[in-house]
Amino acid sequence: MNVVVMGCGRVGARVSIILHQHGHQVTVVDTNPEAFRRLGEKFKGDTLIGTGIDEDVLRRANIESADVFIAVTNGDNRNIMASQVARTVFDVKHVVVRIYDPVREDTYRRLGLRTVCPTTTISALIIDLINDVLPDDEEL
Amino acid sequence: MYIIVVGGGKVGYYLTKTLLVEGHEVLLIERDRHKVEVYGDRLGSVVLAGDGAEAAVLSEAGAQRADVVIAVTGEDEDNLVVCQMAKAKFHVPRAIARVNNPKNETLFQRLGIDVTVSQTEHILKLIEQKIPEKSFVHLLNLRHDELTIVEAHVSEGSQVAHKRVSDVQFPVHCVIAAIIRGPDPVMAMPTIEILPGDELIIVTHSHEEEELKQMLMEQ
Repeated sequence: MNVVVMGCGRVGARVSIILHQHGHQVTVVDTNPEAFRRLGEKFKGDTLIGTGIDEDVLRRANIESADVFIAVTNGDNRNIMASQVARTVFDVKHVVVRIYDPVREDTYRRLGLRTVCPTTTISALIIDLINDVLPDDEEL
Repeated sequence: MYIIVVGGGKVGYYLTKTLLVEGHEVLLIERDRHKVEVYGDRLGSVVLAGDGAEAAVLSEAGAQRADVVIAVTGEDEDNLVVCQMAKAKFHVPRAIARVNNPKNETLFQRLGIDVTVSQTEHILKLIEQKIPEKSFVHLLNLRHDELTIVEAHVSEGSQVAHKRVSDVQFPVHCVIAAIIRGPDPVMAMPTIEILPGDELIIVTHSHEEEELKQMLMEQ
């Protein structure tokens, strides 16, 4: 599959490396060229400097032939806008967007985006871990 | 009207100031607390500190009873999300977004923003207006059913010159909103004669704009 990943932070780099190892064609987009170092030597996918909210940048990232678009920069709004561009302008089939703000995440999930909210997911995991050690009547 | 302005740059500040003078109830939302203090001193208690894309902030601002939300930050992605949140979560009837990258105008409209304002585009259009050959100028896009407002200059050789409004075969969905004759706007009554030198302000479906242009430009 052809995958475009926007944002080469820890998550973006890791997802890109894993998908590349599984034989997929990955293009990673980030405004900061330094960020591509996280991909390591073995990564043989493409990298592109630029912002994913710009249609021209996405086009250069071959979004037109992409099956998957993943938006994982640190900016919720940037991720939201880029994934809407991917979906609406380029008809990318599978779009996944990370949104930190739970309210925004909820709103855009209702509007049809495939969202991941680290805030609610990780909070739930932590609560789960604590619940294990709490006496039963204090369960959160 | 109750108007919420998001983004306290120069545009947001002067917009708020002007809307207040015009008698509207206005609230300006700005992230930078220092700016909020300065603006508060100048404008009174109409400035709220916070991120306008956050539902809690919009709720505190009373977005549920707002008539219009105008997002004028310097970042297109922020303006888009502010407007979409205002509409999806607070059912604000009208959302207006400033578009910094003119390419985003059509995108924003496809994504449900009612009105987009692009300064770059606007300045380009003003330049076009000043060039005499440009006798057909696209003025503004309205979102509902992709409507467009255009301005057309009537030259002496134009096929509509010296015709009555009712005698001109305009494309189906064109409405002459006004005729600007010299310094004055004139009602486009069916009986009025279109004169060379007139500026026609026309509201049309975007898909009929080209047809209208061809028709008006024909000599």
